Parts: sequence; C-alpha cells; structure tokens
Amino acid sequence: MSTRRDIIKKIIKGTVVAGGGGLLWGTAITELRAEDITLRPPGALDKELFQKACLRCGQCLEACPYDTLLLATFSENKGVGTPYFEPRSIPCYMCTDYPCTEVCPSGALDLKELSGEDNITSINNAKMGLAVIHRESCIAYWGIQCDACYRACPLMDSAIVLEYESNVQTGKHANIKPVVNSDFCTGCGICEHVCVVEKSAIHILPRELAMGEVGNHYIKSWDEKDELRINNKTDKPKDKSDDIESAIEYLNDTDDLFTE
Amino acid sequence: MKLIFRYRYLLFRRLLQISLLVLFFGGNAFGWNVLKGNFSSAMLFSAIPLSDPYAVVQIMATGFIVAADALIGALIILLLYGLVFGRMFCAWVCPMNMISDLAIFINLKLKLNNNLRFSRKIRYGILALGIILSFFLSTPAFEAISPVSALHRGIIFGMGGGWAIIAAIFLFDLAVMRNGWCGHLCPIGASYALIGKFALIKIRHDSEKCTDCGKCFEVCPERHVLDIINIKPGIISSSECTNCSRCIEVCDDNALKISLRNTMIRKK
Repeated sequence: MSTRRDIIKKIIKGTVVAGGGGLLWGTAITELRAEDITLRPPGALDKELFQKACLRCGQCLEACPYDTLLLATFSENKGVGTPYFEPRSIPCYMCTDYPCTEVCPSGALDLKELSGEDNITSINNAKMGLAVIHRESCIAYWGIQCDACYRACPLMDSAIVLEYESNVQTGKHANIKPVVNSDFCTGCGICEHVCVVEKSAIHILPRELAMGEVGNHYIKSWDEKDELRINNKTDKPKDKSDDIESAIEYLNDTDDLFTE
Repeated sequence: MKLIFRYRYLLFRRLLQISLLVLFFGGNAFGWNVLKGNFSSAMLFSAIPLSDPYAVVQIMATGFIVAADALIGALIILLLYGLVFGRMFCAWVCPMNMISDLAIFINLKLKLNNNLRFSRKIRYGILALGIILSFFLSTPAFEAISPVSALHRGIIFGMGGGWAIIAAIFLFDLAVMRNGWCGHLCPIGASYALIGKFALIKIRHDSEKCTDCGKCFEVCPERHVLDIINIKPGIISSSECTNCSRCIEVCDDNALKISLRNTMIRKK
C-alpha cells in the first residue's frame, strides 16, 4: 500500500522530471530553427522545406572539395546539424558537378533546384543568396580603381557588371563601379571572399532577405512576358477603400473636418 | 588472457563502436570511402545508403517526402535489424552506450543512491511524442535533442555546444537514475526494440545449468527481459534485450549463450 505521502512524492518527482525534460526539449527545438541569415549549399530547398527535409548527416560537407560547408552545432542558431557556409572565410567555388547537391540522401539539396528554364541542370542556376554592395565602403565607388569582385566572379559580366561614371571630384577620371544583377547572381560569395577592404563591402544575403517584390499593381507593358501578369490582377476591388464611389464621397464629406 | 576472455563480448563491442567512429571520422577528415555521413544517414562504400528509420519517420511526419536514397537506406536498416540483429544497435553500435555504461560503472562503484524510478515504457511515449511534435513544428523534433546524433556528429564534425546535452545525460544517468537514458527514455532504442520483434539473434538460457546466483541481473541494462532465468529454458524473448551479452560473460554456470530464435533451429 502506498501512503498519501508516497503518492505526493511520486507526483512531485514526475513533474520535476517531465518539466525539466520538456523545458530542455523546448529550448533545443528552437535550436533547430535557423536564423534567417543562414546561407545554404547550392540546390537547397526553400527555408521552411529545407528545415523539414535535412537529415543532418553531413554528407554534403564531406563531398565539398573546398571545405566550404560547415555543420551547425548547438548555440550557433543555424539549425543544429544542418550545413551552411560563410563566404568571407570560404565561399562556394561552384563546382560544375555539384557534388554536395548530388550526394544528399534526403532531397533537402535537390538537383531540380539547379535546373533552369531549359531543363538543363547547371550550377549557374544555383540561388544560394544574392550579393549586396555597401557603396559607402566600396572603394570603387569612391573612385579608387578596384575590380576585385568583378574579376573574381565566376559569372563575370553577367552577375557583376561594371558601370562607368565620370568622377566629378577630379573632373578627369572615371568611377568604375561594380553592380550586381540578381538574375544571374548565384550567391556563391567569391566576391565577398576577395573584397579588399577590412570588412567586405559586398556580402551575400539570403535572397528572401535581399530582394523586394513588385506585386501585381505595377506591370512592365513593354515586356511581353511581364505583361502576362496582368491576368493575375483581380477586376473587382477587394475592399471598400478601392471603391470609386466611396472615395469621392469621402472627399466631399466635410463633416469630419469641422468636428471638435 | 583470462581477463580478455572474461570480457570478450564487452571488448568486442567497444572495438566495434570505436572502429565505426574511426571509420566515420576518417570519412570526413581523410576522405575514406568506407562510411560517410553519420548515424542519421550514411553511405557505405560510396554505394549503399543507410539511414536511421526514426529520423526518416520524423521527416515524413513533417510532411516532406524524403528522396529515394534516404528511404532505401532506412529500409536496409529496418530489414537488417528487424530480421537479424534486433536491438543490437544500442549495445554494439551506438556511441552513447559507452557514455551511459561509464555512468553506470561510476554509479555502482560509488554506490550512489538513485531513488528515481519510472516505467521503461516511457520511451515509447517519447518515440510517439517525437513524431507528433515533428508534425506540429514542421521540423524533425527529436533530432533537436538527440544525444546520439549530438555525440556522433560532434565526434565527426566538431562538437560545438553539443557536449552540454551529452553531459546532461551522463549526469542524469550517474546521479539521478541508473541507466535512465538508454534503459528508460531513448526513443531510438525504443524504435529498435519495436523493429527487432522478429530478430534472429537471441540470447538462450539453459535453466538446468542455472544456479540462480543472480549475477546476470546485476549487469543487465534491461533486467526485466531476464524473466525466464532459473525458471524455464529458452530464448530471452523480449525485443528490449540489446544482446549486449554481458550476462553470458558473468555467468559462471555456462547457462547463457548467443543463439538463434527457436523457429530457426531444427528440432532433433
């Protein structure tokens, strides 16, 4: 027979263990979620899907010939056990045979993500991130001649192009400025790796963070492909504020102006 | 020599566990093509995929259909342990076994009093909870805290903060509950216990030779499986037995041995 005291003891013990375990587990699960800034290997699925799919086995790391990829450990906030890279130390050198993508057993890195519109799989279709330039710390924008990122870019003259502008400061030189084209940039990070200033003036951000989105209100009428998007625009206004009648009424309504 | 014989299975288990770790480590550090990856998913001789069935089930629970390699790998492991080895992963392969055995060893030497007791069935609850949480959180939930993954990954790829979770388990096993992790909580062990229901390799007991000295009970990490000791002859039928074979080593009466399931032995 267990006494009341025994039962209470048992309940307290059980609660402590279950509570402690639950607390540990809860904290640890937040560790699984990677911060938004994390850069993934080529062919990685979208953030949410990647989080689900990655088996955390590290085979992509082992396949990488440049030791680019790292495996996140606890307290790094990159999703424990998942692969990521830091281009300033070692960028992705865009192997034409994409060994990391190919070796992935779970499909978190998927060759389909590397196939372009022509259905040809190519590392040039990788979308690991997007290079963003901080002009104020880029010495090329200052007028000093530097084209390190432009020369290092594996997609030179498509992903990074040079723009010429007259240097108003000297009046006789040109500013030769690197500009990134997001249609071609793969986010390999070689530019960030080679940038000559103290803290790189060009750096890779995940595309969701770096890119904007136009939506359906603005359409390029001069671009046949873009014009097709007009079909997405709904005819009827979604809410009352889009309604012309009510808009006019609102303008003519003077009552609100004179109330105390 | 006598000492080696006395601990023959234990030594062989440690040898197997450590050499697997070395092979995995070499796979990453020196590019050896024997075993690559880790226990979540690995590639044997660059040809045969192997995956932890529980990890794959968690991923499936998030709603993601895993690629063929991981599925085939999980199937291979499932068949291998399900039909042949049973729960031998725990005692013969898993690196966490060395940590918790060390905790038990120190615990017994220091005669620490562990007064926490709860059911060994809890691991099946945690197993289910891991799958349910994976579904709701859209991420393989147990992988977040799995000390098995943390330890193995840590040894191969760098420990980082993973040591904390291993230390926590070690201290828990040492001072709170003897054999608490491997014997009560670990859902990976639970998954292998479920998988290994029909495994071929079993420990066989000869009750006529048994003198009821109780030494096997002292060393057994899953005491309840020894329910037939000194009662009737036969195999240790519970799939929660890890075939660690410590009982065979300590038995002075030769009443236990590694054997096969009854159905596989022809009746004479």
